[in-house]
Amino acid sequence: MDVVNQLQRQFIDYSASLHREGFLDDQFTQLQKLQDDNSPDFVVEVASLFFEDCEKLINNMARALEQQQGVDFKQVDASVHQLKGSSSSIGAMRVKDVCIAFRSFCEAQNREGCLRCLQQVTHEYSLLKNKLQTLFRLQQQILAAGGSIPVVE
Amino acid sequence: MTVEQIVSEGKDQFPIGMRVLAVDDDPTCLLLLGTLLRRCQYHVTTTSQAKTALKMLRENKNKFDLVISDVHMPDMDGFKLLEHVGLEMDLPVIMLSANGDTKLVMKGITHGACDYLLKPVRIEELQNIWQHVVRRKKKDRCNSGSKDKPHPDSGEDAGIGNVDNNGKLNKKRKDQNEDEDDERDENGHDNEDPSAQKKPRVVWSVELHRKFVAAVNQLGIDKAVPKKILELMNVEKLTRENVASHLQKFRLYLKRISCVANQQANMAAALGTADSAYLRMGSLNGLGNFHTLAGSDQLHNAAFRSFPPSGVLGRLNTPAGLGIRGLPSPGTFQLGHVQNSGNPTNDLSKLQSFVPGNHNTNILQGMPMSLELDRLQHNKSVGHIGELPTTDSTTVFPGSGSLVDARITGFSNNPLLGVTSNSLMLEGSSQQATSHTSVSAIGFQNGNALSDFTLIAPASNQLQDSKADSQGQASLINCNAGQIIRSAPQEWNAPRKDAPYQSHALINSSIPINSAMIQLGQCLDRNNSIFHRTTDLDSVGPLNFVDPLSIKHSEGDNYIMEPSVIEKEGYLMFQPRPHGSHVPDNTGSLKDLASAMMKQEDDFGCNGYSLRTSI
Repeated sequence: MDVVNQLQRQFIDYSASLHREGFLDDQFTQLQKLQDDNSPDFVVEVASLFFEDCEKLINNMARALEQQQGVDFKQVDASVHQLKGSSSSIGAMRVKDVCIAFRSFCEAQNREGCLRCLQQVTHEYSLLKNKLQTLFRLQQQILAAGGSIPVVE
Repeated sequence: MTVEQIVSEGKDQFPIGMRVLAVDDDPTCLLLLGTLLRRCQYHVTTTSQAKTALKMLRENKNKFDLVISDVHMPDMDGFKLLEHVGLEMDLPVIMLSANGDTKLVMKGITHGACDYLLKPVRIEELQNIWQHVVRRKKKDRCNSGSKDKPHPDSGEDAGIGNVDNNGKLNKKRKDQNEDEDDERDENGHDNEDPSAQKKPRVVWSVELHRKFVAAVNQLGIDKAVPKKILELMNVEKLTRENVASHLQKFRLYLKRISCVANQQANMAAALGTADSAYLRMGSLNGLGNFHTLAGSDQLHNAAFRSFPPSGVLGRLNTPAGLGIRGLPSPGTFQLGHVQNSGNPTNDLSKLQSFVPGNHNTNILQGMPMSLELDRLQHNKSVGHIGELPTTDSTTVFPGSGSLVDARITGFSNNPLLGVTSNSLMLEGSSQQATSHTSVSAIGFQNGNALSDFTLIAPASNQLQDSKADSQGQASLINCNAGQIIRSAPQEWNAPRKDAPYQSHALINSSIPINSAMIQLGQCLDRNNSIFHRTTDLDSVGPLNFVDPLSIKHSEGDNYIMEPSVIEKEGYLMFQPRPHGSHVPDNTGSLKDLASAMMKQEDDFGCNGYSLRTSI
């Protein structure tokens, strides 16, 4: 079971680092706790949904901000608001923080600021996506090796 | 196991198996929410479309126990959904949002949400949401079962509980019988018999009505929906149905008032200023006035008791009717004793002349009562009778100046004060529940001299309470309102004079409502501290003006319109008589007035000033 232990240790360390770096927060832990035998892929499901949603919203925002005639800040704000909600639900802390800043730029109708935030959001989202994918891969490896996912507190 | 068994078993295990409908356009959140809810062992249905949710709810109202909905949704605003659910299905709704702004939370609450959760939602929070279902069930049960006591009396005497305050004013009218009448707690008479399955009757006491009006005003007459009103009122054991039916009456009343107001306005205009013989009915702030008048204020009770206001009106009679809160007594009707008006007679005649053939009904209908109450000084609120501005019904209290100036615009909003078909009822619609002094609705009854004068009082009542500000104003009007114009019994006025005007005086600042009181339900503008001068009030002509405004307290020459009732038209009109003294203490006077009025009523044998709203 050395492999399993090793994998598990890797998993724990990786999880911890994600938390430490602010990619994930306590909400993610809650999600993990919700996962059980009845819904073994719960976390993966939620994360996938989140990524899809995120991409859609980012596209919306980009389109809205590109409008030369006049940016519909309300629309941008609505998208940001939604992104904020979903990122906080999944525990994507950094994404959520960018959203908060993003919203104030929207309110101020600052196109430049919004564009910058959009870039940041996109960046954070990509980072998070990669990290989570790595984490999930580790999880799968553990399961494949016959082990169980350790619960990270 | 039969289905029933299963179902009942499910229920027994409550909160396990509680059926929740979750609505959120964000798929991530929706999935999370659904999972969390299932983890709490609820039975969950999820949808990302508000419209779908509504459809599901409409299909079978009993399919769900609780609804959780996101605030920001593309196809329908969460608050709208909340409203719909509240109105149609009366289910508890919990709002969910990533935005925890106080304003938004407040909005949720005022729209009727039982709770407001912030995202990310945690399981601990969801574990307790079943309490809302239980609470609601309990409330409904109570509503249906309680209050046996009040009912019997309500007919005559405003219920037991409420009788004390509103006493007579809360005459239970048949229209008032709603499906459920709950005795008002506020009146301190809460006879709740949960065990009895009798449908309790709601006695719309002055207090209750006032709250109702306040709520309506806050929401705006167009946007006032029972659910929201109910939430704002925050009265236990009051159900949405009660509020809904009350609201209906209120709207009728407002309509009626506006007619009266219009007429009055015409008259007022014709009559000219100052001395309007009109009774300016203080606009009742919605019914509230009546209630206030009725209930608390002594006078009102007496005075109004006799009115069988239709529905609302009845209640209006009660203190609320007097509109002016705080007016000492609903008596504001200063029938007769409007001191100020010196020239009542003339006016009256004028008024009479104005009174067009449309008796009562006409007047009320659509006539914005614009009594020009001259400078309503303090309050420049003019009650609008008839066309009540939805939100701002201002009661017109004539400012310290001439009575006539007060404009009473009919309250459009308060249909409650309806004028009985025969009588003109000026019903103050107190839209603004608050201080406005309710518009006194003056119900006129045809044929009776005084018979219908609607409450004028509300204003007065209010006056009482409020010191100086708006309330006072209201009361003024109330007083005036009280001045039902009685054509015949002039003498009656005399004794009363003091009383009503006092109430006018209530408003320290009160507007000297010299002349006509704009009775018609003036919507007291909530914001106006004192009666706002509504534009409509022109001079309340024919309608019973109770001229609370005439009481100019400040000036010392308060006109108190004598309530000369213009019988023929069925309006009760008070001729403003300058009444030097009145202005004085608002508080006391109204009450006195009210009582005086009441007495007068008896004297005259009229039934009432009761607002007989033959709505």
